[in-house]
Amino acid sequence: MTTTSPITAPDHRRVSKAAVGDEPPRRRRFKPGAGRQHHAGPFAYFALVVVGLGSIFPLYWTLVAASRTQDEVLDTTPPLIPGGNLFNNLEAAWEQANLGKAIVNTVIVSSSITVATLFFCTLAGYAFAKMRFKGRGALMTAVIATLTIPPQLSVVPLFMMMSDIGWGGQLESVIFPTLVSAFGVFFMRQYLLEALPYELIEAGRMDGANNLRIVWSIVLPVARPAMMVLGMLTFVQSWNDFFWPYLALNQQNPTLQVALGQLSASYVPDQSIVMAGALISTLPLLVVFVIFGKQIVGGIMSGAVKG
Amino acid sequence: MATTTPTRGVQGPRPGRRAPKPMTPGRQAWRSRLWRFDDKASPYAYIAPFFLVFGAFGLYPLIYTGWIALHRVEMTSLDQMEWVGWGNFSTILQDSEFWTAVTNTFVIGVISTVPQLMIALGLAHLLNYKLRASTFWRTVILTPYATSVASAALVFALVFRADGGLLNWVLGFFGAGETNWANGHWSSNIAIAVIVIWRWTGYNTLIYLAAMQAVPSDLYEAASLDGASRWQQFRNVTIPALRPTILFTIVISTIGSMQLFGEPLLLEGGQVGARGGTEHQYETLSIYLYNYGWNLGHLGPAAAVAWAMLVLLLLIAAINWLVGRFMRKTAA
Repeated sequence: MTTTSPITAPDHRRVSKAAVGDEPPRRRRFKPGAGRQHHAGPFAYFALVVVGLGSIFPLYWTLVAASRTQDEVLDTTPPLIPGGNLFNNLEAAWEQANLGKAIVNTVIVSSSITVATLFFCTLAGYAFAKMRFKGRGALMTAVIATLTIPPQLSVVPLFMMMSDIGWGGQLESVIFPTLVSAFGVFFMRQYLLEALPYELIEAGRMDGANNLRIVWSIVLPVARPAMMVLGMLTFVQSWNDFFWPYLALNQQNPTLQVALGQLSASYVPDQSIVMAGALISTLPLLVVFVIFGKQIVGGIMSGAVKG
Repeated sequence: MATTTPTRGVQGPRPGRRAPKPMTPGRQAWRSRLWRFDDKASPYAYIAPFFLVFGAFGLYPLIYTGWIALHRVEMTSLDQMEWVGWGNFSTILQDSEFWTAVTNTFVIGVISTVPQLMIALGLAHLLNYKLRASTFWRTVILTPYATSVASAALVFALVFRADGGLLNWVLGFFGAGETNWANGHWSSNIAIAVIVIWRWTGYNTLIYLAAMQAVPSDLYEAASLDGASRWQQFRNVTIPALRPTILFTIVISTIGSMQLFGEPLLLEGGQVGARGGTEHQYETLSIYLYNYGWNLGHLGPAAAVAWAMLVLLLLIAAINWLVGRFMRKTAA
């Protein structure tokens, strides 16, 4: 969106600019565009630094608290730099909260949800974007409407169903309800509407490919960038999911978030050990975020605007 | 259904399909029937997984919740249901704790959503300028979004702690005494709102930023030709153009604040957190539901709470719609 004009000329494409810009009646210079063509002033940078520090500080302090003893953490003058107690705390958290099993479980849950979501949402997104069938509009509206239903409304029967099927306390009870996401269907549809030309599909049909073949050889390759983004968003969300897993799973078979909740609910928890648990549960995602932050940012921004 | 224009849809007979084998008329009819079936059925097959999963784990439980709400079901014997009619509803409606939870949910919702969206709007405006390292700033602002509810709530529990909490230490420099944040009704609600604001402001900022970048430049140019100041351009060009996006974020944030669970649960943690504070001062509807169903083991009333939440959501939706309509009328 930004123009690549030099700083001195905010906009060189307009002829009218010269006419107006040469005779400033007031002291204010001619300024088209609130933002975008303009460079940020010192105030903007100052505000961003403040907000940035506010965003990062709680995470930094998680590290500080996790590397100290509880007495140091709760001292009247709290520590602001990390100490040397990190490995003791990590070990204690590992033992108290069943973290080894929790990490394995979380990886299983997040990966299977992500893979399933990508597959099913790409198929559904393609159908809604490029195929014509009876009831398409109404069904798409139905998909979007499901976004407004909070999980709280169905957890009681869900819990009963799961123990009925024999999935009580099992990972299946957390995986299956979130195999396909309405957001994912919508996201893939928006992307494919723009990115997948009809000519490409037509060409495939000319060559006698059936629908599945077209999905495999044409739709999936085109959808790959959006699938990357959706995959990361889904992974982050399922990794951090708390409410339903906390109700469905128990201490013997937890995900990281459930283990963390249980750890802090233990009788008189040691705060530095709790923070070590928080560090373990957050660190893998932060690594993902540092590597793919740019794509995740782009994904949220592209999914936000209706195409 | 069947059209032969190649640019519309992807169905109908394709005139130039290459036949792998010489076609007899009978064979051709059979093949094209197969094609037509493929074209008719495929889209439904592709969208079926979503509707199957949603039907089984979303819609069916949603309706079934209403049925459970009319029964006595205990955690200890999930297979026994005893009809109690409206008993559960009258139990929770007469419970002052339920109304406390409704109030808290509403208060926390408002004091977390309003500042959050305002900050997000301002930040998006700043990020919309030409910046050095703009991607870096966007990523930093989004970092809290990658932090789980549990981690965020536990760090902020240490920030808001009465003895040895970071916030009280900082406020001490300004001569403030020790505040027991979790104990007061307002202070605990503010503490929870801060956690929500911290986690979600960056996300909403990016949504606004994306919408701002979609506003056509000539609108701003026309406004500045008319002599509009930067602030007036923001007021009269940016905000109206963002109205649908703002409405969208309000809806999303409202639904989100109905669901507050991890933040209050872990602010003090343990049994106190599961009750939403010693005096239920920060108990939300989700905590109330959890407490009834998973702490006390009465699933009937818990299901009734879920339905009460549904009614509240519909009320909020109606209010939203009315406000939106009113705003459109006054704008026109």
